[in-house]
Amino acid sequence: MSNSLDAYLVLAGIIFAIGTFGFLARRNAISMLMSIELMLNAVNLAIVAFGSFVKSLQGASSVIALVVMAIAAAEATVGLAIVIAIYRNRRTPLVDEYDTLRQ
Amino acid sequence: MPFIGLGWDDVLFLLFATIMIVASLAVVTMRDIIRCGLALMVALGAVAGMFVLLGAPLVAAAEVLVYIGGITVLILFAIMLTQSKAAPARLVFQTQAVPAAIAAIVLAILIAITVTATDWGAVTSRLETATDALARLLFRDYVLPFEIVSVLLLAAVIGGVFLAKREEDGPS
Repeated sequence: MSNSLDAYLVLAGIIFAIGTFGFLARRNAISMLMSIELMLNAVNLAIVAFGSFVKSLQGASSVIALVVMAIAAAEATVGLAIVIAIYRNRRTPLVDEYDTLRQ
Repeated sequence: MPFIGLGWDDVLFLLFATIMIVASLAVVTMRDIIRCGLALMVALGAVAGMFVLLGAPLVAAAEVLVYIGGITVLILFAIMLTQSKAAPARLVFQTQAVPAAIAAIVLAILIAITVTATDWGAVTSRLETATDALARLLFRDYVLPFEIVSVLLLAAVIGGVFLAKREEDGPS
């Protein structure tokens, strides 16, 4: 089981789907960011699994995974800063109360 | 290990997979958002273990340092900054939670079907990525992406500071 690429890819798909559900369903903006982190980790797991089982991707996959990780860090920094900036204006972290454009 | 036909690797894989799935479900479903953050930490630790199992120890170390040590702590601080007594999150989910769950399940099934139906040309044993080989790749073949990422991180840091800065003189 641990020697088949399919098991890792299916696991990554499950984690990605869980992250998708969290992103679509949660009300709290920070919960949505956490779901995005889950999705990025699922993708990273798939990339590293490919590098571990496909000969031609062996070294490059680790490099790609590290780059994805750095970009995830940048995304988390800017995303949380935006959430905090919005919180300062609207006094709530719940995204369904950000309805200024609807009023 | 003489389990029922399972080796140590299989046992570790099942263990990490179970931890990952349970902790991820906890992240997206639990009511208390601080506990969601802590569950995220557990899930990322399981991902790091999976990277070690896949023969990428440097990526696992970076996962622990960047995600568990950095991003999760950042998220926990942001949670503490944005939780107010005035807005208790009585409802965890939006009204579109049920369609979202259906969409996520369909997505997982589609991914599983696609993955198992495709021939990836994979070998049957795991390949290790040595750290010195990875360093040689990172600083020789992929040095331009590396530098671009460092510039991106600098931009993100400046942008984050600018966005979260409290306006002293504006009509906030």
